[in-house]
This record gives sequence, structure tokens and C-alpha cells, in this order.
Amino acid sequence: MMGLARINWFKYSSPQAFYPLAGRLMPWCAATAILLIGMGLYLGFFVAPTDFQQGQSYRIIFVHVPAAWMSMFLYVIMAIWAGLGLGLNARPSFMMAQAIAPTGALFTFLALVTGAMWGKPTWGAWWVWDARLTSELILLFLYGGVMLLRTSIDDSRRADRAGAVFALVGVVNVPIIYFSVRWWNTLHQGASVSMTAAPKMAATMLTAMLVMTLGFWMYSLAVILARMRCVILEREEQASWGTHPSHQDALEVH
Amino acid sequence: MQWGSVSEFVAMGGYGLYVWTSFGVTAFGMLWEVFALRRRHALALSRTYESRYDQCEKS
Repeated sequence: MMGLARINWFKYSSPQAFYPLAGRLMPWCAATAILLIGMGLYLGFFVAPTDFQQGQSYRIIFVHVPAAWMSMFLYVIMAIWAGLGLGLNARPSFMMAQAIAPTGALFTFLALVTGAMWGKPTWGAWWVWDARLTSELILLFLYGGVMLLRTSIDDSRRADRAGAVFALVGVVNVPIIYFSVRWWNTLHQGASVSMTAAPKMAATMLTAMLVMTLGFWMYSLAVILARMRCVILEREEQASWGTHPSHQDALEVH
Repeated sequence: MQWGSVSEFVAMGGYGLYVWTSFGVTAFGMLWEVFALRRRHALALSRTYESRYDQCEKS
């Protein structure tokens, strides 16, 4: 039974089978993303009411929170693929982790920039060394570390393993970000939405934020599938490097 | 809906600069990623074609 499950897993996760599948899924994810983000923007700007405390500046929430959530979700998913890669010694898992990192880094960057845009009118400062902001900045460095480690090691097997170990160690930062507003006395406001209590915001605001988050999810899926296709091609090409005489010639020419 | 006119919408109750910069940077970042990936895919595709062509030629 174990053997059978293993064979199926590797069959469907083989790069040759995944490449065309990703190509077919991508346009659907992209179309859903455009639809959801369009809906979210409409709800956020035309349906959600003005905040009684923050006025219109609160509307930054509709990009800030989805971006911040994605930055954390994607890190956890990247770490899971990295862990699977190490545990099963499976190259496709490492490739998934590699495909996720840049999108996670982008959302971390966007969460920090939109946070600064919200912080200035609300707190009077673009940046404060608050636990929430600092741990999110560390997340950006962790993504950067995972990506740099990969590019700085030539041997792709070693690069995969080193990147995966780094990603796994860094995952402890995610609960720190999430709980930072509870564990420390932060300037950053507490969670507007939590698993245990009723949301502290108007229903239309919450809907707009959740629709935007779903849109960002679908966007991430589309972009990660696209990057996975690039990674598959690049690795295929890399694997043939040096093994074939034509590449030896090319190496000398360049 | 709370907007009386287009200029009121753009002004965002005086927070226009902050709100539009946030949405602008996010849109720019996401679109940039899409275009960067298109370029990367085209480049990777052309390279694999080249290497396959090389292999066919030599064998």
C-alpha cells in the first residue's frame, strides 16, 4: 500500500506532468483573481462605509491586511514544501518552495510599504520599531535569505537543502508576527478579525477585506504556477549543461 | 456610497496621497511580477529550445 501511494505521488508530481497542468490551471486562477480583486475594490471603495475613527485612511486596510496575511501564509506553505522536500528527498517539493519565495517576499514588501502609508497619517510616523513591524521586517529578510542562499550555491541539490533548512528555521517567526500584537504592547492595532471573537468591524468592510484576500490567493496561485513552469524549464536546461559537448563549447565561448 | 463627486473620491477625505500610494504600489508590484515572469518564461523557453536543437544537431 505504501509503495503504491508513493508511486502515484511521484507520478503526478513529476515536472513533465506538472508543466502542462500548471499551464492549463494558470488562466483560470488569473481570471478568478481579476474578478475577485475587482469585486473587492468595488466593495472597499463604494460599499464599505467611512471609519468613524480613522476617516478614509482606513481604506488602506483592503490591500494592507490581505498582503500581510499572504506574506505569512506563503511563508508557512513554502516551509511545508521545504520540509516535504527534505523528508522525502523530492526535487519537485524543493521547486515548489523555490517558486513560492519571491511572491511571498513581494507581499511582505507590500505589507510594509502600505503599513508605512497607513502609519504616517495615523501614528505620525512612517516606521516605528514595534514588535509587529519589526517581526514583519524580519520576515522580509528571511525570504531574502532563502532566495540568496539558493542563488549563492551552484550545486542545485545543496542549494535546495540549504534553502529548505533556512526556510524551516525561519518559520518560528510567523507565530511571532501573528501574536506580536498580543504578546507585546504594540503601537500596531490588535487583530480586527480573530478565530475566537466576533470581528470588530462593519460587515461590508470585513467582506471587502476577505474578497480581496481571496483575490490575492488566486493571484498567488497563478503567479506561483507560472514561476513553477519557469523553474522546471530552467532546471531541465541546467541538468543538460555540461553533460553535452555543445554546452562545453558554449561554456568556453562565454 | 459616500462620494459626491470624482474629486471627493480622489481626495479620500484628505488621505488621498496615502491611500492611492498604497493601492498604486500594490498594483505596480503585482503587475511587475506578472511581466517579469512572462519575460523569464520566454527566456527559459528559448534556452531549452536552443539546447534541444544543439543536442539534435550533434547526434
